[in-house]
Amino acid sequence: MPEPILSIRDLVVEFATEDGVVHAVDGVSYDVFPGETLGIVGESGSGKSVSQLAILGLIPQPPGRILRGEAEFEGQDLLKMSKKDLRRLRGGQVAMVFQDPMTSLNPVLKIGDQIAEAIQAHQEDVGDKAAKERTIALLKLVGVPNPDRRYDQYPHEFSGGMRQRAMIAMAIANEPKLLIADEPTTALDVTIQAQILEALQKAQEESHAATILITHDLGLIAELADRVVVMYAGKVVELTDVQTLFAAPRHPYTVGLMDSLPRLTADEEWLRPIPGQPPSLISRPPGCPFHPRCFLSQGRSRCRTEEPPLRKIGSDGHLSACHFAEELEGHSSKLIDEPVAGATS
Amino acid sequence: MTETKPDSDVTFPEVGAGPDGATISPATPAAAVVADLPDGIDLVHEHGLELKSRSQWAYARRRFFRHRLAMASLVVLGIILLAGAFAPLIAPYPFAAQDFANSGKPPTLVGKHYFGTDVLGRDYFSRVVYGIRTSARVALIVTLVSTIVGTLIGAVAGYYTGWVDNVLMRFTDLILTLPGLAVLLTAAAFLGTGNPTRVAFILALLFWTGLARIVRGSFLSLREKEYVEAAKAAGSGDLRIMFRHMLPNAVGPIVVNATLIVGIAILTEAALSFLGFGIQPPNPSLGKLIADGQDVSSSMWWLVTFPGLTIVLIVLCINFIGDGLRDALDPTQRRTRA
Amino acid sequence: MVTYIVRRLLYSIPVLFAASVLIFVSVTAVGDPLATLRQNPLFSQQTIHNIQARNHLNDPIYTQYAYWLKEAVTNKFGSPLLQPGTKIWNDLKRVIPHTLQLVLLAEILALIVGVSIGVYSAIRQYSIFDYAATTFSFLGFAMPVFWLALMLQILFTNIFLKWNVRIFYTSGLSSPDPGTGIHFWVDRLQHLAIPAMTLMLLSIAQYGRFMRASMLEVINSDYVRTARAKGLPERTVTLKHALRNALIPVVTVSAINFGALIGGAVITESIFQLDGMGPYFLNALFSQDAYVVMAWLMVTATAVVVFNLIADVLYGYIDPRIRYD
Repeated sequence: MPEPILSIRDLVVEFATEDGVVHAVDGVSYDVFPGETLGIVGESGSGKSVSQLAILGLIPQPPGRILRGEAEFEGQDLLKMSKKDLRRLRGGQVAMVFQDPMTSLNPVLKIGDQIAEAIQAHQEDVGDKAAKERTIALLKLVGVPNPDRRYDQYPHEFSGGMRQRAMIAMAIANEPKLLIADEPTTALDVTIQAQILEALQKAQEESHAATILITHDLGLIAELADRVVVMYAGKVVELTDVQTLFAAPRHPYTVGLMDSLPRLTADEEWLRPIPGQPPSLISRPPGCPFHPRCFLSQGRSRCRTEEPPLRKIGSDGHLSACHFAEELEGHSSKLIDEPVAGATS
Repeated sequence: MTETKPDSDVTFPEVGAGPDGATISPATPAAAVVADLPDGIDLVHEHGLELKSRSQWAYARRRFFRHRLAMASLVVLGIILLAGAFAPLIAPYPFAAQDFANSGKPPTLVGKHYFGTDVLGRDYFSRVVYGIRTSARVALIVTLVSTIVGTLIGAVAGYYTGWVDNVLMRFTDLILTLPGLAVLLTAAAFLGTGNPTRVAFILALLFWTGLARIVRGSFLSLREKEYVEAAKAAGSGDLRIMFRHMLPNAVGPIVVNATLIVGIAILTEAALSFLGFGIQPPNPSLGKLIADGQDVSSSMWWLVTFPGLTIVLIVLCINFIGDGLRDALDPTQRRTRA
Repeated sequence: MVTYIVRRLLYSIPVLFAASVLIFVSVTAVGDPLATLRQNPLFSQQTIHNIQARNHLNDPIYTQYAYWLKEAVTNKFGSPLLQPGTKIWNDLKRVIPHTLQLVLLAEILALIVGVSIGVYSAIRQYSIFDYAATTFSFLGFAMPVFWLALMLQILFTNIFLKWNVRIFYTSGLSSPDPGTGIHFWVDRLQHLAIPAMTLMLLSIAQYGRFMRASMLEVINSDYVRTARAKGLPERTVTLKHALRNALIPVVTVSAINFGALIGGAVITESIFQLDGMGPYFLNALFSQDAYVVMAWLMVTATAVVVFNLIADVLYGYIDPRIRYD
């Protein structure tokens, strides 16, 4: 097993708000290996984006606070790095693509200039002309038509899909070792999603980067991910490779997620959402964070009092945070055979 | 903003423990099992998670009280206004009482001349206190009239839109094109002044425009809300819809702006009086007091300083209160604390 | 862009027209323009009658308006009602540049200082500097302009009286013998300094708050986050990405302010005895010379309209999202 390129251990991030302290990320650990695509799935508020933003130093420190944890990237702990060194990594070896391309690009600067800026910030010996050429090449790679004309245009002259593609081009401009894509398709039409997927795949091929794909869309996970982390209420509840996740999920939340998706190929009378609401991240009850909504728990006291640790289940590499994960043995997700409808949870 | 909800403090009861060690057959869909269990919400609240649904006004109140400067300003302003209201009791001397023996004295505790006296021996502390009264009265009238006028115009423009809106807004723009002070001075010069109420109405002529714009904006967005459609479907008349349904939801910005108008009204009235176009003797006015002290300002600096400081203090308090109100009533604004 | 400017200019004409009607009606209808003359025993009934006839003061109001408008457009507002020997335009030509000098000085300095304070307050939000700047702004909003002017006058006069040091002049536009060239302008600057300070205070407070709010909004935007995620140095993020966007509303507001100040520095100019638009207007009011008052109001209204147009054009120039077609 090769060395992980990114190794997060026991990361805890909280926010001070008017109503109390929000525990956004509560002891999260996982690895990312070179060249792979790690999917992170969860609802809004599960902490999936916050953990990435935090390790890159993009969370403003008041009101946010990284309480503890380690994030080793190529041997260095990101959380202990100086701001200057962290800045040098950002956009260079570690790059991020954000969710909303409409607001993520500076409206008063030309698109081409913004990408060239990323190049010249990290490769000092690249002159303006060379940067422009490389930018046009990148735009072409991600599928933006007429890249030399588009270089001089402003974000509002691009469509949503093109803007996201420009963001992706910007992210891989310096051949990062790690690419983090935070809900890259959520803000876009479903019809555009396929184009973005394609752009992402091309980007991965070109840069050979490991990719962290954050999304709540299981369809995307099925397409792109090699391994998957499932998060709930700021904690990792399941971690395994993508096939096992769909074939043999071992956490009731994962099961509930998959159950709640409508099937394209068979009749269904009722949709089956997970009942209840995600818990408040300010005052969480003791025990398992999922137990109030859990079909497996059935009010068992162990679920209510003891927080389940993330432990190995069955085959190696499969982790689950559930006391009674074994009881899900044999439960296979109905999705393994069906095409996924790509619904959100 | 949504309709107000009644204050409710709801705590769900503890749910009894379920059976231990239950097993579930693997083939059972999750939802079917849950359907047999007590209401999911109850489970959520089992362990001390209370569901407090605060009403909007409670949130607003809480946020306002948290604004320390606003609270302090309320107190200070209250004291000042009370002093003005009870001027005859507080002021040691009548407004126009002259005392040549004690003329031209700097501030001192002797004879209670806290703010000193002028060439004619008039006690400036008393004069300032009476002046507060007048300023307060004028400011209140101006605010009231311009708020009502502005709200009406803005509401009509925002509700009916179309040509009504166009005409009203062009008219508002027109008023805004003319430089404020100059217009006021012109009106005052040709209409005659001296009387506080008259001055107040002249001022109100110009001050309604800002509020009209804001109310119009509010109404433009509020008219798309579902409850307006529902009210229309139920046959409610336009006036009823505007004032019963929409106006309560536009109250926030109106209150904040009205507060700011009070401050600006005080400053403007002082300016007019200073120039001689506003309130004139025998009515007391802080602006006129400053004007009186202008000629001897290099020697008797206190004549200009104290009335001015009073104005500054009053308007400062009003602005802090307005800021606190804005924090409390406008949740969309990012909390840029004063 | 050009079509937009032309269109706006054309649109301004009815606005100015309506303004002129409003001005004319309000000024003439509220008072008898010859009131002061009537009270003056030096003016005989015959003279007054002649004046009435010459200026068509007995005609219906729309006729009067027409005559006034004609005079305004063809003869640059003609002569004052009460001083038929002089020309309004000559007076205006004299006083407008003085006001412009004052306003330019005050606004440009206010912009520089205000924007800097605002930006720094936003970057160091909730710091001591921020609180101090905010307090300063609130004080600025609470201070009557004339009072500040007087206080500054007192201050600098006392400095001169006590220590015989003259830094700035506390009244007038120029010294009796100001010299020429650079000496003249240094002397002018010394005279304009304190009035400019007075005007500046309120502007700095406004721009400071406005810039702070604008900057805060921009700093928390997604594209600034992207700029940081790209690994750009914080200074570049602030100056190139954030500031460019945050300045847009401020620049347009300042253009509008400039237009408003042409007629809005009345009090300051009169306290410091500067021969500008302010005292000119006040004198006309005191003597109730309707023609001068109306001419003054028209000039200032025009300035406001013109600068509003400049503000819009500027906005379109800086912000590429605005397309005027």
